[in-house]
Amino acid sequence: MTADPPATAVTRRTLLAGSAAVCATSTAPVIAIEPKSMKPNPTTIATMPTTLKVNGKTHRLDLDPRVTLLDALREHLHLTGSKKGCDQGQCGACTVIVNGRRINSCLTLAVMHDGDEVKTIEGIGTADKLHPMQKAFVEHDGYQCGYCTPGQICSAVAVLGEIADGIPSHVTVDLMAGVTASGVEIRERMSGNICRCAAYSNIVDAISEVAGVKA
Amino acid sequence: MRPFSYERATSVAGAAKAAASHPNAKFIAGGTNLLDLMKLQIEAPAHLIDVNHLGLDRIEATEDGGLRIGALVRNTDLAADRRVRRDYAVLSRALLAGASGQLRNKATTAGNLLQRTRCPYFYDTTKPCNKRKPGSGCAAIGGFSRNLAIIGTSDQCIATHPSDMAVAMRVLDAVVETVAADGATRDIAMADFHRLPGSTPHIETALRPGELITAVTLPAPIGGTHLYRKVRDRASYAFATVSLAAITRPDMPPRLALGGLAHKPWRVESAEQMKGSDAISAGLLAGASTTSQNAFKKELTRRLVVSALQDAGAVA
Repeated sequence: MTADPPATAVTRRTLLAGSAAVCATSTAPVIAIEPKSMKPNPTTIATMPTTLKVNGKTHRLDLDPRVTLLDALREHLHLTGSKKGCDQGQCGACTVIVNGRRINSCLTLAVMHDGDEVKTIEGIGTADKLHPMQKAFVEHDGYQCGYCTPGQICSAVAVLGEIADGIPSHVTVDLMAGVTASGVEIRERMSGNICRCAAYSNIVDAISEVAGVKA
Repeated sequence: MRPFSYERATSVAGAAKAAASHPNAKFIAGGTNLLDLMKLQIEAPAHLIDVNHLGLDRIEATEDGGLRIGALVRNTDLAADRRVRRDYAVLSRALLAGASGQLRNKATTAGNLLQRTRCPYFYDTTKPCNKRKPGSGCAAIGGFSRNLAIIGTSDQCIATHPSDMAVAMRVLDAVVETVAADGATRDIAMADFHRLPGSTPHIETALRPGELITAVTLPAPIGGTHLYRKVRDRASYAFATVSLAAITRPDMPPRLALGGLAHKPWRVESAEQMKGSDAISAGLLAGASTTSQNAFKKELTRRLVVSALQDAGAVA
């Protein structure tokens, strides 16, 4: 995000934040106020200098070691495309590509990635120049609410790379015969990305189209 | 997460020394299980030693024709290694049956062995758990036990070890190599690496405090037919209800190890000598103690053994 939305504009984010606050006041007598500054208190926690190369741009951060890669991307670099779903590696909404490999950014510390190259959905394509995978998700309606979509797309792009690299999967019939893309391979390899709206069949259609195979 | 200090280790000796000089230190490699547990404050180390830059990420041939797998080799890379696919297919298959693509890209060989149980009561900090809080009791016994252990259990703990990879390592007679803070190295056979719960379910492995895994070695390949069968509640990305690693060869008894049944990969060498898959199953399950919810695992195990041995062309 490069600019704040106008004060009067109601975006999904501000609306969600507002309704969350309403829920909090109606159910709990004490409200935990989110601190305005995400910077840790230097008197209690030693921060670590950490350099992240995100979508081709180098960022020098000074981080509390507890900050996950996902929180560094979202809260420190304001790249909010990567989503926090379960925050425990089960849903895949936080999937990003680090040094060419897809990982769950919620299950790794940012300080463990000093010098690493990170690609997020913001680096996959833009609204003006969609990646073929993004185009295919639009064409096949590969989402409903869209919350899991950035993770699905990062994962899908990496899946096709893994197949091209000959990395086998649980459904690969012959471990020595090489790997070819198929609907079955795509389904198995995408199992770490959950879609609560269950847009799965359209997601598989979208990825299959980019892979050039039948779903 | 509770606050902790963090350091990036640059040498194996340095990492082992750091563990000895910090109380309540933990090594972190992939972090896919440790960070999950730290968020829940089930693990709360005061100091984290990042071992990702120790150069333990290679797979090398050993002098006796086997493979030495560096502790930090990622699960994806181990499963995809050409030598592993060709000579130790049961290991590739077990790895690929576990977790998700994202997790396999991060999780390491040593970390996979050291992952903690997924017993729901270990994760639920409002419930007693002798593994999480020694002496507090076990809510799993008498609780929801459908997916928990039926063999090698104790009156203190019925948790299972969740790894698929470890089951294949057990059937392959792998050896865990470690280094201690004083530089002493030792080899631990997979058979002895994981412990049964007994009266100390919080002590899960033979590792001593601060001891660092450097590699896992596989003996020279024995050929034969390699199978890994996993029964689970969904087709992908789920822990095993029961799993079976098998290696069969016409000229020798089958080798079988089971996952999802015990606090460690379960192998009974004496049962492998028996004639017929029903007798082998009975030998594997001798001493099993089930609850009303997980009694089905005995029959499921028997069927898994029968079908795997039939498919491998071994015994009927």
